[in-house]
Amino acid sequence: MTTGTATRPSGGVRRQDGRERRKRTRAAGTTRLAGILLSPTLLVLGLVVFYPLLSALRQSFFTENDELDAEGFVVEGEKFNGLGHYFDAIAGDGAARFWNAVWNTTMFTTTTVVLEVVLGMAMALVMHRAFRGRALVRAGILVPWAIPTAVSGLLWRWIFAPDGIANVVLGQQVVWSADGPQAQLAVIIAEVWKTAPFVGLLTLAGLQVIPNEVYEAAVVDGAGGWRRFLHITLPLVKPALLVAVLFRVLDALRMFDLPFVLVGQQKQSVETLSMLAWQEATNVRYGAAAAYATIMFLYVALVAFALVKLLGTDVVGEARTQLRSRRVRSREAVVA
Amino acid sequence: MKFRRATSVSIMISALVLPNAACGAGDREHAATEPLEGRGPITFVTGKDDYGVNPRLVAEWNRTHPSEPVRLIELPASGDEQRQQMIQNAQTRSEAFTVLDLDSVWVSEFAANRWITELPEEQFDTSKYLGPPVETALYRGRLFSVPASSDGAMLYYRKDLLDEAGVAPPTSLAELRQACGRVLALPSAAGMSCYTGQFEKYEGLVANFAEVVHGAGGKIVGDDGRPDVNTPQARQALDFLVSGLRSGMIPQQSIAFKEPESRRAFQEGQVVFSRWWPSQWSLLSKTDGSSAVAGKFAVTALPGLAGPGVSSLGGHNVAISSYGRNKATALDFIKFRAGEEQQRKYLEQGAMAPTIASLYDDPALRERYAYLPVLKQSIAGAEPRPRVVDYGEVTQAIQDEVYDALTGAKTSEQALADLQSRLEGLIEL
Repeated sequence: MTTGTATRPSGGVRRQDGRERRKRTRAAGTTRLAGILLSPTLLVLGLVVFYPLLSALRQSFFTENDELDAEGFVVEGEKFNGLGHYFDAIAGDGAARFWNAVWNTTMFTTTTVVLEVVLGMAMALVMHRAFRGRALVRAGILVPWAIPTAVSGLLWRWIFAPDGIANVVLGQQVVWSADGPQAQLAVIIAEVWKTAPFVGLLTLAGLQVIPNEVYEAAVVDGAGGWRRFLHITLPLVKPALLVAVLFRVLDALRMFDLPFVLVGQQKQSVETLSMLAWQEATNVRYGAAAAYATIMFLYVALVAFALVKLLGTDVVGEARTQLRSRRVRSREAVVA
Repeated sequence: MKFRRATSVSIMISALVLPNAACGAGDREHAATEPLEGRGPITFVTGKDDYGVNPRLVAEWNRTHPSEPVRLIELPASGDEQRQQMIQNAQTRSEAFTVLDLDSVWVSEFAANRWITELPEEQFDTSKYLGPPVETALYRGRLFSVPASSDGAMLYYRKDLLDEAGVAPPTSLAELRQACGRVLALPSAAGMSCYTGQFEKYEGLVANFAEVVHGAGGKIVGDDGRPDVNTPQARQALDFLVSGLRSGMIPQQSIAFKEPESRRAFQEGQVVFSRWWPSQWSLLSKTDGSSAVAGKFAVTALPGLAGPGVSSLGGHNVAISSYGRNKATALDFIKFRAGEEQQRKYLEQGAMAPTIASLYDDPALRERYAYLPVLKQSIAGAEPRPRVVDYGEVTQAIQDEVYDALTGAKTSEQALADLQSRLEGLIEL
């Protein structure tokens, strides 16, 4: 590749310089055009993503409407409260409730994602198999994912009602929606039922790109089913699986509608961080609500960062390959 | 996810609005005492009603007042959502809402924040109304709303079974327990439980808890406005519920009962006694096969621990938003809505309890609604829920502590002590 330029006569170098410059100005023009074309998108993003975030952050430093004047009217206006809401949440009056919510959120995320990965993997393996009626099975497995969360919450609430089907099947009188471990179990069951198909779907996509020859070669080498799963399927499906895990973890950390509909508000055993923020906002304590929302945002960001860094989840896989190929190209130019 | 977005939007909106609120305080003070002026189109904002009475009311008004039309804005049926949308409207100082249909416990919060306008007291003859609903219309002695409908609880009982066992309707919870003992021994009462109310963790629990406490001579908030719930009377009351649930006298599942579930339990003949609002009367009386107890039940006054009970007061009040236009029209409209003629229609068409005393004594209405005398007694003796500015947090504290006692997470003693200290932190004087 490099030989082409090396054997050119010296005049050719100047010509090539001109071409480079033209290319560069054309590139600059393209960049500018791209900038112009993208600016509405960036503007909208700024308006709907960054503005609410910053405004919530600002709100979390203020407190309002918490004093009455002599006639019993609320004193208007907001007061700067510094990090007061954050201190309240972490170590002050709200600490017990806050840490309970953090614990619930983390517990639900861990248990549901682990169960979902196991079940989703199994579903994907089943869906991957060629058999009669496979399309039907695939469609059937996807049904729970297609139902809106609030609706499936309602569905499971009927199942877990005192005289619902769950108690009939179990022959017990469990009050599932009462505060306690049984409520947590109900939420976990409903959540896993709902989202395992999602993991299954993403894993299936990963499975389908594994070439069949690899398995054929393994069979020739005498590898059993379990070994093929451990040493071929799992490593090769890992990138897709990790993306699924990342998506699920981020989603589960914001869990709100399912416990809210299934069990109810203010139930200590299932209260998540989102529910806590919602509750404060309902009580017109926007400052505290914003503080909870901000803490949750940081928590989610931290977990996402950790997953990407530690597990090497390749969320933007394509972008990285492009980057790599560009880097290779520029290195070649340097060599030239 | 959707809810979270809604939260951030409301946070965003309040962030936009609050800086203005600080500088607007001056002219707002003026607005509270300003005469109610301006005529023209207004809006009436209310929760959706199942009977379609509100659209009929508005149509009737529009027929007689063509130059001052009222537009009906129907909010979701859930009280929380109604409150949230009304607060949002107030915080954006929007003109969209003129007349607000408020749950009577929100009046203090809305008045204290100046979200609603003070009304000219001389223009309303409050003596026509029952006492407790009028009290909910006031904030610190000043009239901010007019009671348009009321609600009081009654004790529904299985008349057929009580007659069969030869027991009179109970007038106290002690008698109720004895009556249960005799009724449940009947072969025709096999598999039934004794009593239920609404004990799920929500607003209804607060009403049920307040009733037993007040019925035992206790208080949640004293006459001086200070919390006073850590008393032997309140202990006895809470213990009645806790031991009832433990012994099965109150069915275990009722810890998950809101109104519909507890109605179904009575309707399907699972319990002998049930505490409920008047509006289930017509459903229970249906003879189309949906009710197993049609013609077999009756109502009596709510029993207290040792004597007559005290109901919690429900109901809705109409008020004028401080930011709405055409307040003179709005004033006429709330007089129309809370007037006798419309209240009669709401009772006849929507089973909504009136606040005007004379309607309860109307022979024609009594003929149709046999429960009216009991209901009148219930409302006239009812106790409003705590009238505090931060009602949202007060009700949450009550729900937390009472529910913990009912589920056995705390002893009644501990729960009441914790409730007392939480309320002390919440109620400012």
